[in-house]
Amino acid sequence: MSDAVASPATVGKPRRQLDRAVVRFAGDSGDGMQVTGEQFATEAAWAGADLVTLPNFPAEIRAPAGTLFGVSSYQLQFGSRRVYTPGDRLDCLVAMNPAALKVHLRDLKDGGLLIVNTATFEKKNLDRAGYTTNPLEDSTLEDRYRLHKVEITRLTMDALQGLALNVKEKERCKNFFALGLVSWIYTRPIEPTVAWIARRFAKNPAFVEANTRALKAGYHYGETAEIFSECYGIEPAEMPPGLYRSITGNRALAWGLLAAAERTDLTLVYGAYPITPASDILHEIALHKRFGVRTIQAEDEIAAVGTIIGAAFGGAIGVCASSGPGIALKAEGINLAVMAELPIVVFDIQRAGPSTGLPTKTEQADLLMALYGRNSESPVVVLAPMTPGDCFFIAYEAIRIALKYMIPVIVLSDGYLASGAEPWLIPDPKTLPDIEVKFRTNPEGFAPYVRDEATLARPWVRPGTPDLEHRIGGLEKENITGTVSYDPDNHDLMVRLRAEKVRRVAQEIPPTTVNGPAAGDLLVVGWGSTYGTITAAVEEVQQEGKAVASVHLRHLNPLPPDLGQILRQYERILVPEINSGQLVRILRAEYLVDAVGFNRVRGLPLSTQEVRETIEHLLKEKR
Amino acid sequence: MSEPTGITEAPRKYTKKDFESDQDVRWCPGCGDYAILSAVQKMMPDLGIPRENIVFISGIGCSSRFPYYMNTYGFHTIHGRAPAIATGLRLARPDLTVFVVTGDGDGLSIGGNHLLHVLRRNVKVTILLFNNRIYGLTKGQYSPTSELGKVTKSSPTGSADRPVSPCAFALGAGATFVARTVDRNVAHMEETVRRAAQHHGAGFVEILQNCNVYNDLAWNVLYDRESKSMHELRLEQGKPLLFGPVDDRRGLVLEGATPRVVRAKEVPESALWVHDEADQWKAHVLAQLSNPDFPIPVGVLMDVEAPVYEEVLMEQERRAISERGPGDVAKLLVSGDTWKIG
Repeated sequence: MSDAVASPATVGKPRRQLDRAVVRFAGDSGDGMQVTGEQFATEAAWAGADLVTLPNFPAEIRAPAGTLFGVSSYQLQFGSRRVYTPGDRLDCLVAMNPAALKVHLRDLKDGGLLIVNTATFEKKNLDRAGYTTNPLEDSTLEDRYRLHKVEITRLTMDALQGLALNVKEKERCKNFFALGLVSWIYTRPIEPTVAWIARRFAKNPAFVEANTRALKAGYHYGETAEIFSECYGIEPAEMPPGLYRSITGNRALAWGLLAAAERTDLTLVYGAYPITPASDILHEIALHKRFGVRTIQAEDEIAAVGTIIGAAFGGAIGVCASSGPGIALKAEGINLAVMAELPIVVFDIQRAGPSTGLPTKTEQADLLMALYGRNSESPVVVLAPMTPGDCFFIAYEAIRIALKYMIPVIVLSDGYLASGAEPWLIPDPKTLPDIEVKFRTNPEGFAPYVRDEATLARPWVRPGTPDLEHRIGGLEKENITGTVSYDPDNHDLMVRLRAEKVRRVAQEIPPTTVNGPAAGDLLVVGWGSTYGTITAAVEEVQQEGKAVASVHLRHLNPLPPDLGQILRQYERILVPEINSGQLVRILRAEYLVDAVGFNRVRGLPLSTQEVRETIEHLLKEKR
Repeated sequence: MSEPTGITEAPRKYTKKDFESDQDVRWCPGCGDYAILSAVQKMMPDLGIPRENIVFISGIGCSSRFPYYMNTYGFHTIHGRAPAIATGLRLARPDLTVFVVTGDGDGLSIGGNHLLHVLRRNVKVTILLFNNRIYGLTKGQYSPTSELGKVTKSSPTGSADRPVSPCAFALGAGATFVARTVDRNVAHMEETVRRAAQHHGAGFVEILQNCNVYNDLAWNVLYDRESKSMHELRLEQGKPLLFGPVDDRRGLVLEGATPRVVRAKEVPESALWVHDEADQWKAHVLAQLSNPDFPIPVGVLMDVEAPVYEEVLMEQERRAISERGPGDVAKLLVSGDTWKIG
């Protein structure tokens, strides 16, 4: 822990102040680009910048070196004002090989900073990347970008001379040289990375020395090499005071569960089958056995949801996570929890589909599946976090609602939130809302489906409680008594009761926050990970004086009770989503409003620019 | 984590009646399930476990109605998934005694994967698989234990599926307790289920059961008094494997790994295969014995010890807490890299 923010010296070179910058590190999947990006993000955060990150890596574990599909990248935007997105176009691209250049060059702004590792631009790698000639040898790149050809590999090897490591081990330090160089260019302090290297390689002092040297060599190269004429400063952002950390969405979900288990003093059983991009939650929770959380790596997706239903029947908190293909398999299990009215929480870390789709790419196309993708009338509560840090609060809220209403809750995160990171103002767990847990122990007047008046929840009984022995199951039950019933009117009643239970969760939803004027020309409505993009685009047009506002939904079922009223205050409604138009259908059906969608399904976050252009287009169309 | 709410002061003495629920039993008249239910209810008091600490979990099918008729905690779940649900329950609540009731379709077809894994993990549950070699609830399709060529509604010209042996499956999955019993032998059922319930780990019992509506007398060789003597091989620990009429006993010998039926009087007693429940290799051979070439083994095929899944995990949890103390979320949130603003 440190609260000191080092300010690196910038010997003799002018420093230009920027509001924000978008930087992307790209290289082979074995080049350590994720670590490089994460460390650069840490450095930026230490210096007080706000930031948003976008890791992007191939699904293959070790894709063949030098190939286009083996390229891994890590992008971040950091700035002195509030940063909502990882940025659309790049100010700086670091390309560690020809394939990385080929894949990522199109995102670099004209005049942007382009740093390439020349050592890799030889025939084999050029062939693999599909270059017939070496792009560094003609002037095309130099004419359009500020190209810096750096012999990163050789300079790294030089810096490591005399160290007792083999060539391969030395070469693997080159990402830290690149990090050092970019750290100098953007005046980010390298101290946190030096400390990280010492921790990461604590068992191998030679690696600590090598990586630290490479990092510093890169930093000093920027300072002294004649080619870099200036560096950039970015002032600390105005952020609420407090202690911050960096957190990814998946880790925040896991920690939210721990917080709920601690608050309720209940055992938490987490059942999961490995699937990208949800597996990290299992890994994280498995680390924390001290917190009374128990993990099961189940034999399949169906078993995973089964185990947590069993746990919930036993009076524990049952949680599972998967991605679209796995959630499809869990439909039957979720329906058992709907019927048996047991509290479970299911995280869907959405990825691009259908079928296996693009496992490591993001999408928001499981909303309708979460709402309707099970047989018969199967209402469940659906929540969606807006940012990586919000995942912590959503996980906690999901458990609170599940336990209070004895109901399954689905949380829709996605690949972008899962691995994206942001500076997170660390909350005090004591300030989290209370979670009611009422185990029934009194046999008097007990029946399995007697209901709480306010929530309609049936009693939760822990097996082991004398004189409350009872049987539940997937067959329709008579309301109150819980005996198996084929009575038509009872079934109709139970269908309505299960729906009403979900509707009553609306009483838990706080008033909706409207970002912008309370009435106007256009309201942009979003949900999930598009929060940053939509907010950035809306704030840009607001600065031009446009009467545009945005609303971001965390509760998708039930919807906020005040939403209908809000929608009617605007001439037009725009719903940007990373799907073919799912929330927009619901809003049109639910509120009879003429909402229009903006939809791109590219496996990537929406860009601020395209959302902004759509807003501007709609505003013009209106006139 | 809080302890179970109900702690009975002195162990209560139960009778069979204490385990009968108030629900009308709805199996077809004459169904073998009645005898199984009665045997299990009769056996329960012997376990000496407070009724409130017992949970019956089932999937889908005729057998899976079982929990409704037991006056314990019960959960009638979804097709084939009972082992997964029981696994989660045991991990959440290792203090409970958990039974899984399943059938040949539920356990070996749609739920084959879950049965495999609950057995290999050795979760402490007692699994009762009612094998009637037919789908009863869906009204008469062939099941994964139906014989090749079986004519049913869904196989009018004879089933092309080769049958699976539930006991061989269980052993292949790495089960630690595997037994077989017959619905027409109440005393043997009681004894076998009791032993399975007392086993430290997953106890698997195949109960040969009659569906008098869709597959009547599928196990008739074991029901008919005359054929029974030639077809039932009663397994008894430490005793030679003998069957057949009293005046002309047959025995089993092993030639290498190959079993062979012999006339007992034609071989020296020392040559006969002596049953040893701890011998997991021979258990695999026993599980493969079937009509008409061999008698059907009935009894405990194998009973061995192995680590119990949830106990291993609970021990890891205890160790983590004893080494580093219980978790503290407030501390976790500020662990690692943090920085202060303002």
